Amino acid sequence: MIELTGLSRRYVLGGETIRALDAIDETIRSGEHLAVMGPSGSGKSTLLNVIGCLDRPTSGSYRLDGREVAGLADHDLARLRRREIGYVFQAFHLIPRMTALENVELGMLFDGVARNERRERAVAALERVGMGARAHHRPGELSGGERQRAAIARAVVMRPRILLADEPTGNLDQASGRAVLELLDALHEQGLTVIVVTHDPGVARRAQRVLVLRDGRIVRRMPAVELRSLDEALAGAVP
Amino acid sequence: MSLFDVLRFALRALLGEKLRASLSWIGIAMGIASVVVITSVGDGARRFVLEEFGQFGSNLLQVSPGKVETIGVPGVVGGTTHKLSLEDATSLRSIPGITGIAPNVFGQARVEHGERGRSVFVLGTSRDACDMWRIELSGGEFLPEGEARAALAVLGSKLARELFPDGDALGKFVRAAGWRLRVIGVASPRGQVLGWDFDDVAYVPVASALDMFGREELHEIDVSFSHAELADEVVASIRTRLSERHDGREDFTLVTQGAMLEMFDRVLGALTLGVAALGGVSLLVGAVGVLTILWISVGERTQEIGLARALGASAGTILTLFLAEATLLSMAGGLAGLVGGLACTTLASWLWPSLPLAPSFGYALAALATSAIVGLIAGVAPAVRAAALDPVEALRAE
Ligand SMILES: Nc1ncnc2c1ncn2[C@@H]1O[C@H](COP(=O)(O)OP(=O)(O)OP(=O)(O)O)[C@@H](O)[C@H]1O
Ligand SMILES: [Mg+2]
Repeated sequence: MIELTGLSRRYVLGGETIRALDAIDETIRSGEHLAVMGPSGSGKSTLLNVIGCLDRPTSGSYRLDGREVAGLADHDLARLRRREIGYVFQAFHLIPRMTALENVELGMLFDGVARNERRERAVAALERVGMGARAHHRPGELSGGERQRAAIARAVVMRPRILLADEPTGNLDQASGRAVLELLDALHEQGLTVIVVTHDPGVARRAQRVLVLRDGRIVRRMPAVELRSLDEALAGAVP
Repeated sequence: MSLFDVLRFALRALLGEKLRASLSWIGIAMGIASVVVITSVGDGARRFVLEEFGQFGSNLLQVSPGKVETIGVPGVVGGTTHKLSLEDATSLRSIPGITGIAPNVFGQARVEHGERGRSVFVLGTSRDACDMWRIELSGGEFLPEGEARAALAVLGSKLARELFPDGDALGKFVRAAGWRLRVIGVASPRGQVLGWDFDDVAYVPVASALDMFGREELHEIDVSFSHAELADEVVASIRTRLSERHDGREDFTLVTQGAMLEMFDRVLGALTLGVAALGGVSLLVGAVGVLTILWISVGERTQEIGLARALGASAGTILTLFLAEATLLSMAGGLAGLVGGLACTTLASWLWPSLPLAPSFGYALAALATSAIVGLIAGVAPAVRAAALDPVEALRAE
């Protein structure tokens, strides 16, 4: 369970304070499938990065399964990222000189998993996303959709409980995008907490619930089925 | 993350940028190679000289005419220069601590027996030379005690073989410079020592040699003394004694074997140090290369670093990875330099077998360790930069 209380992330730029996140209060259940929407610059990525322990809040509290995360040392945050959290990025972020398999192994490498086990688990993860045949290809030899599937395999190979996806279909065509979304749905079915940042209402509607951000604040919470468009959601937001 | 995995990861990253990486390790390689070559030359030369000197007795010193250390040219500044006479040599016998005196005169002469003859070095000396120079005899005995003139000769093994191809030379007569000399001893084969062929010589009493060559003065006097600690004392006594005999002037030079070795060692040491410094400079250049390459690499791989952080690498892990890269890069250079240096010395000793080369395992290890440490130090700045990157910004980097 993710509990955010008065959570803020501010940047000071040239004497001016930017409130990327401004006093967020929110609770995300374990196993929830959540979509985060909002205009560009509203703080969606920042929220995801804080939840993913990649960024630290400037103030406020972030409790992950009851444990305060905000004050943890780098070393402990790194362990949380390795074991509890999986990331999927819009830009895939596969290391070009490594094969898909080696890319999937990375998290386990940092966690000190033995080599044989690493290999086995990476192969299994790639097979689960339908990429078994492509394991020994480098990212340059893969299509966008294939790259994102490899990235998803990498995100879940450590069996995290939270999967964070920032615009996972932003760089993909319709068909590849759909395949990726189906994978995310399946992972949610298996019990993962899935949080997807998206501009696409079609993507958001696959979630259970939608958070709408504006200027670093949550301006609306709604069941995904009620979402029609971002503008409409924003129009109905509390001012 | 296990050390093995760290090294593997770093190695893979380096192999991804072979060309650029090679640019930086070549500097390191040259540094290490030059150190390896030079230390093996220096060590070889030192060993060679020590071995050669070891073939003579210890606690030796040499008196030669003329003063090389003073500014004035002997014989020009005032009065006559006294040369070293046989009497000068014998006068030293009474100095306490001195165990042997070899007054030496040498010259080239044709030594003949019957139809056979051979032009060799004829060395006039005394019986004491036998011990001082560790001359061993295969037959007969060395020159008699004292400095008296006598028509006697001791032959080097090669000379004896040439003049008496089928057997015993002892008791036979040879002719040299108008003298008829009886062979009283034959030396055992010994070979060359410090460029002097001990086997192709004839030893004769010093007084006889002076006559043969029509000389008044000795070329040098070799002196042996009983204990190394006596060196200073003996040197002082000889100086006083000879100065007295030379009207109070010190127109001769005294060099102890120890001083010679010391001087040689100093020259060699300075040379080695100089080249080691050159090697050091090239190591430094290599280190700057490693630093630069890695610095650029951190800039280019910013996204990769951000990704690694997102996948759970701590700042410490990033630091370790880049330090490992720097160390491996530098050690690759070190290894290449080591192989290159050893190849050079091997090739050199193959081309010039007489060249005294002694590549040392210790130096090689030290060279490798040095390159590793150089790399580690060169890697600190880039590694710290990489570790200090903000993960979010790193991921967003272009
Ligand atoms: N490093 C930074 N320094 C200064 N301001 C920043 C920094 N990172 C983010 N911001 C600001 O914080 C705000 C929120 O940024 P964020 O990236 O979370 O937006 P977003 O909702 O993900 O936008 P988009 O849909 O374009 O990805 C923006 O105004 C952005 O300019
Ligand atoms: Mg964003």
